[in-house]
Amino acid sequence: MIGIIDYGMGNLHSVTKALERLGHVPFVSEHAEELSKADQLILPGVGSFKDGMAELEARGLDVFVKQWAEDGKPLLGICLGMQLLFDESQENGLTKGLALLPGSVVKFQEGVAKVPHMGWNQLSFRQKTHEILKDVKEGHVYFVHSYFVQTKNDEVLVATTDYADAVVPAVVAKDSVWATQFHPEKSSGVGMSMLKNFVEQKGGVRVE
Amino acid sequence: MLTKRIIPCLDVKEGRVVKGVQFVDLRDAGDPVELAAFYDEQGADELVFLDISASHEGRETMVDVVEQVAGTLAIPFTVGGGINALSDMKRILRAGADKVSLNTAAVLRPELIKEGADFFGSQCIVVAIDAKWDEALDSWRVYTHGGRKATDREVIAWAKEAVSLGAGEILLTSMDEDGEKSGFAIELTKAVSEAVSVPVIASGGAGNQEHFETVFTDGKADAALAASIFHYKETSVEEVKTYLRGKGLPIR
Repeated sequence: MIGIIDYGMGNLHSVTKALERLGHVPFVSEHAEELSKADQLILPGVGSFKDGMAELEARGLDVFVKQWAEDGKPLLGICLGMQLLFDESQENGLTKGLALLPGSVVKFQEGVAKVPHMGWNQLSFRQKTHEILKDVKEGHVYFVHSYFVQTKNDEVLVATTDYADAVVPAVVAKDSVWATQFHPEKSSGVGMSMLKNFVEQKGGVRVE
Repeated sequence: MLTKRIIPCLDVKEGRVVKGVQFVDLRDAGDPVELAAFYDEQGADELVFLDISASHEGRETMVDVVEQVAGTLAIPFTVGGGINALSDMKRILRAGADKVSLNTAAVLRPELIKEGADFFGSQCIVVAIDAKWDEALDSWRVYTHGGRKATDREVIAWAKEAVSLGAGEILLTSMDEDGEKSGFAIELTKAVSEAVSVPVIASGGAGNQEHFETVFTDGKADAALAASIFHYKETSVEEVKTYLRGKGLPIR
């Protein structure tokens, strides 16, 4: 069973609908106790990092999600849900994140390109054999964000894109924690395949 | 590289897609959910639905349409028309739309942009501007109420103000070109695109593939929107994209 974490940040409907199109019936909850019954969790979200962390904390979901990941259970972060997995963000003043992945969330450099980074951008695969990329074309996916992740540990990079003179992490993963900066549920076939790979995963790296 | 977006626009009245020429003389062009799926298959990068229902029932029907479209589509879509308050935004976004587009209501009460952006984030808030050239004033003026009412606002200044209040995108319609199929308003689009830091969607005037090329190169648009030429199958999203790709533009 797939649980979608509701912490008051954004469009859960589109993620739910996308999973339904794949033939799954996810449930949405803001309660750790209910969510703990899931086999897989999705942390979606749009909005600001500071608000997102505050909403997670207000529901005790920060502790729950960290424990979930440390137990090696599958977690997929999407957009803000990906950024929250990192150490910290500069958005509206420095805010600590869940620190499940190493790195900081920083703003795109001003004056280089339009911000938000909005629209379809090309993926470059870094780890072609990662399970989330199984049968996925190195195509375009739909981004909407003004901040991006800078990581010192390139091992978490599964796919990147280029924008505003920056290499932007698009898909990241470490053990059972996977995440996408773009919206897979809004990224046509390429995105839907990745969602499918998450919900149907066998764990870790795919054997060729 | 970030690609240039092609966006079919569906004007929806009482649950059906219609399209006018210069905002009058509507013709029925079909079922919104069917059309949405059709455009998705053709490679549309995004869709815009403008609700032009006059009645409360029409607006309620739109919420159903949004729910059905969200259940079918795996590309983003925006809903505009009749969004006058934060509660309207909530209704439409919760029904599954990715963005809402504000027009008249934002001109009448600009704080609405900020309220929406604060609550949902700028990425959800599109400000639509209907622009018309005024010879006497030597500038583009903002029109409201579906293009029926002139305001005392100048287009560039309004676009900048909208962005400073939190608009994540500008949907710019040239009323002079709308429905004429003689090409997008290049000067206007370029002026707005260079004045604001957010993406600009050019609208009004698409008649052939070259028009899209020009609005991306000379007009510096980030996306281009069209209705009739797609609805009446004068060309297809696929054909336009193939053409643009051939011209070396970044296209999905």
